[in-house]
Amino acid sequence: MKNSSIKTVVAVGIGAALFFVLGRFVAIPSGIPNTNISLQYAILGMLAAMYGPVAGGLIGLIGHTLIDLSWGGSPWWSWVIASALVGVVVGLAAKKLALNEGDFGKKKVALFAGFNVLANVIAWIVVAPSLDVLIYAEPIEKVYAQGVFAAVANSLTAVIVGALLVAAYCKTIAKKGSLDKE
Amino acid sequence: MNTPIISFRDYTFQYRAQARPTLYNINLDIYPGEKILIAGPSGSGKSTLASCVNGLIPFSYPGESTGELIVDGMEAKKQSIFQLSKSVGTVLQDPDGQFIGLTVAEDIAFALENDCVPQAEMHATTKRVAGLVDVAHHLDYAPHELSGGQKQRVSLAGVMVDAVKILLFDEPLANLDPAAGKQTIELIDRIQKETGTTVLIIEHRLEDVLWRSVDRIILMDEGHVAADLRPDELLAGSLLTETGIREPLYLTALKYAGVSVTPEKKPAHPDTLVLDEADKAQVRRWFQAVQPAPAPEPKPVLLEVQGLSFGYTKDRPTLRDISFTIRKGEMVSIVGRNGAGKSTLSKLVCGFETPDSGRILLDGRDISDDNIRTRARRIGYVMQNPNQMISKTMIFDEVALGLVHSGMPADQIRARVEETLKICGLYPFRNWPISALSFGQKKRVTIASVLALGPEVIILDEPTAGQDFHHYTEIMEFLRRVNEQGVTVLMITHDMHLMLEYTPRALVFSDGRLIADKSAAEVLCDPALVEQAALKETSLFTLAGRCGIAPPEQFVQRFIDYDREVRAHGC
Amino acid sequence: MAANTVLNYLPRKSFVHQLTGTTKLAFFLLFTFASMITYDTRVLVGLMIISFAAFRASHIKLREVRFMLVFMLIFLILNNVFIYLFSPEQGVQIYGTRHVIVHLFWRYTITWEQLFYTLNISLKYFVALPVAILFISATNPSEFAASLNRIGVSYRVGYSVAIALRYIPDIQRDYHSISQAQQARGIELGKKEKLLARMKNSVNILLPLILSSLARIDTISNAMELRGFGKKKKRTWYVSRPFARNDYLVLGFGVLLLVASLVITFWDGSRFYNPFV
Repeated sequence: MKNSSIKTVVAVGIGAALFFVLGRFVAIPSGIPNTNISLQYAILGMLAAMYGPVAGGLIGLIGHTLIDLSWGGSPWWSWVIASALVGVVVGLAAKKLALNEGDFGKKKVALFAGFNVLANVIAWIVVAPSLDVLIYAEPIEKVYAQGVFAAVANSLTAVIVGALLVAAYCKTIAKKGSLDKE
Repeated sequence: MNTPIISFRDYTFQYRAQARPTLYNINLDIYPGEKILIAGPSGSGKSTLASCVNGLIPFSYPGESTGELIVDGMEAKKQSIFQLSKSVGTVLQDPDGQFIGLTVAEDIAFALENDCVPQAEMHATTKRVAGLVDVAHHLDYAPHELSGGQKQRVSLAGVMVDAVKILLFDEPLANLDPAAGKQTIELIDRIQKETGTTVLIIEHRLEDVLWRSVDRIILMDEGHVAADLRPDELLAGSLLTETGIREPLYLTALKYAGVSVTPEKKPAHPDTLVLDEADKAQVRRWFQAVQPAPAPEPKPVLLEVQGLSFGYTKDRPTLRDISFTIRKGEMVSIVGRNGAGKSTLSKLVCGFETPDSGRILLDGRDISDDNIRTRARRIGYVMQNPNQMISKTMIFDEVALGLVHSGMPADQIRARVEETLKICGLYPFRNWPISALSFGQKKRVTIASVLALGPEVIILDEPTAGQDFHHYTEIMEFLRRVNEQGVTVLMITHDMHLMLEYTPRALVFSDGRLIADKSAAEVLCDPALVEQAALKETSLFTLAGRCGIAPPEQFVQRFIDYDREVRAHGC
Repeated sequence: MAANTVLNYLPRKSFVHQLTGTTKLAFFLLFTFASMITYDTRVLVGLMIISFAAFRASHIKLREVRFMLVFMLIFLILNNVFIYLFSPEQGVQIYGTRHVIVHLFWRYTITWEQLFYTLNISLKYFVALPVAILFISATNPSEFAASLNRIGVSYRVGYSVAIALRYIPDIQRDYHSISQAQQARGIELGKKEKLLARMKNSVNILLPLILSSLARIDTISNAMELRGFGKKKKRTWYVSRPFARNDYLVLGFGVLLLVASLVITFWDGSRFYNPFV
């Protein structure tokens, strides 16, 4: 399908822009000093679940790279790759979730939550710290502490905020299909 | 007779998700070089008709079609959207959504890039086409540095890089200020004359399109072609009013005065309209028959703005030394071109931004130190796009949202929300999902959610943008009822009809300054002011002049009063 | 200049600006890779000299990029502090010797090895910084998509990047006005609310933002399709420029740097230059 591929191109662009805006300009204090809730992972989870692993991965990759570039430094590649990975892993659930059918029952909520937690655990506890050690030779204790914190915070954000968003989104399409006339 | 460039034969189309066809049995021929207006209320199928011609149907919006559609010698169904786009250039409604490039030049060249046109040729074509639509000096501008009208020109250039034979404009006036809309219509006319392209304009704002002549008007209604006539013929009849399209105001005025309008009088344009002495005398008699109603007693002052100045960046003020007062129970328009500072003013009043200098008083008390939240209890703000305000899926929850966050007990919230829903005519729908509502109903929900907080003033940004006459009337009559209940209403608008019909008073902004504060009728009868603030003269002004009635603003006022009477009595 | 403000593009006439975007992108990637791999102090110092020389050649003034420098400095200090707190003996571990300067308290001792390790980490930051700033400040954002395409990335992905840059300002504006309107209804994301409430409140802002963005995706895809995007396997670019002699020179230099730093770094079988043995 030609159109769906154009749509993916656009979804990746707009998704990365959303990721960027939320990650760069929106800071919600988490309660722990100097750390913020990263709302961009809720959006990433949602869009990956809608558009699949390729789109999800690219949104994370482009969005995170742009954020790092805009701060002026060279992208912190280990974390950029981890963000991309979150999108890929959650995107693997896209077919099973089939969100465009407009139903988001308990099973699907569990599936969505499960994949998001899995994705964030793999990305932040396995991949990001390993790459940090490999590329930047940072101390293991430090990178794993950071990784565990990021995994917990981002999983929570993705599961709570992401699921609420998906649920609300599904309600808006369920009704469209059942509309016979105005 | 030459062969039509677009030809519908017994054409019926049904969207996959819909239970019944959106287009029924369309038979229509459009010949090369014609300029056609396709009019009709929302949901009449006029946009669907356009999507069939440019190929978005069935390629992007799947569905079933029967019958035949020939576009430029091709059977539309069997072509790809890419092949069709070589013949049909489409300018969409949303100026930002279709501006894809990072700069003007890149956006114009977009189609050429996709066609792998070599760079030198691409640069030459882009320059030539940019010249045609007057954006040649803005080639390296970013979209947000352009006005709405300029963005639209860029979009037009972007489809003209291919030698298209048909230009399709989907509601080209929807997002423009009145002066820009007028220029767009002039530009379309010029391009059509210079290039001989066939032009289709989809628009429900008939009077504005007719600023330049069209060959035919196709009137759509409930999926059928209700009329396919020359403008003069269509305007002389009553079909427009029956389908819910607003006829030009000067014609309504003539009809009120008892002058019969026939095709021979060439009613398509107020300047070409043939009026004999008897007709003019008739209009004068109607004007003199009733004395203007006395002005009502002035109410106490509610909102007072004193010497307000503000700039987003230090050296470029957006608002300069603004002062005015609003009295209790008034209904006031805020008008002026995009970027004149209208929206900024409302943001300052609501406390979203902090003024550089000046004061805002509510009931005589300076509210400068009140935060957004505190002000919101007394001054409500309704955004232009309801989709950007609605954050709940059920109507009740949406209207209750602000109250829930104010910590009000649940039973009081229920009572307050139900009362608000009743006032807004939404009570029967209270348990509906918001996604099932029309745009106009959504708008009403957002107004309700603001009214639930019990404000004394509400400020609305473009309350009727993009709405057809029926929905426009629905929203505005609703606002009038809200106003009659004592709520002061301020509206930012580009709609000259709205300003004339609903708001006795208008604040006119230009370049960050308040340049006029007087009656709407006076504003629109002042050519210098109209020019400076990018507004559009009312055709009633032209008619008054032609009938020798002075001062024209009294004639306009007389018309508005009479029109309200007529409509209030359900005629 | 929306996109310019997103990434702080500073147009001017200079040797660096005249290079094509493709060259700058490729050099940036080669250089970053070189500085990522190595921990050899000599290589890092060498790279840093090149990096600062390139910055000078761009005629971009330090004060124009001050906010980026300040931000990176804060990040650098914080990161070093964290590393020390978590692992005060990391340097000792890496270099295999222990020269104590002063013992502080508990497990915290300052050693020459730790200081040298910290210096190396800081160097790694500073090596990449000027080149990264150059890449974004001296490259016209319009060239990004074309450059990505030129170094082998699919043009569709390249165009996704262009769309992101194009619509970031629009989405930022939407976010701003949506959150203002929601604040008026008492929806706060600040410290006044509890954490869970803050998260729930954020949904009230994100939902309208997401739904209008999804609608935007539809409009943009329609507009792109109507103008033939994706019709062919390739596409040309309005902004791309032909390679000049300097482009080839800089690219060759980039490759050379990478090879050289790899060779020097791994010559003795370790990523680290060890002055302690």
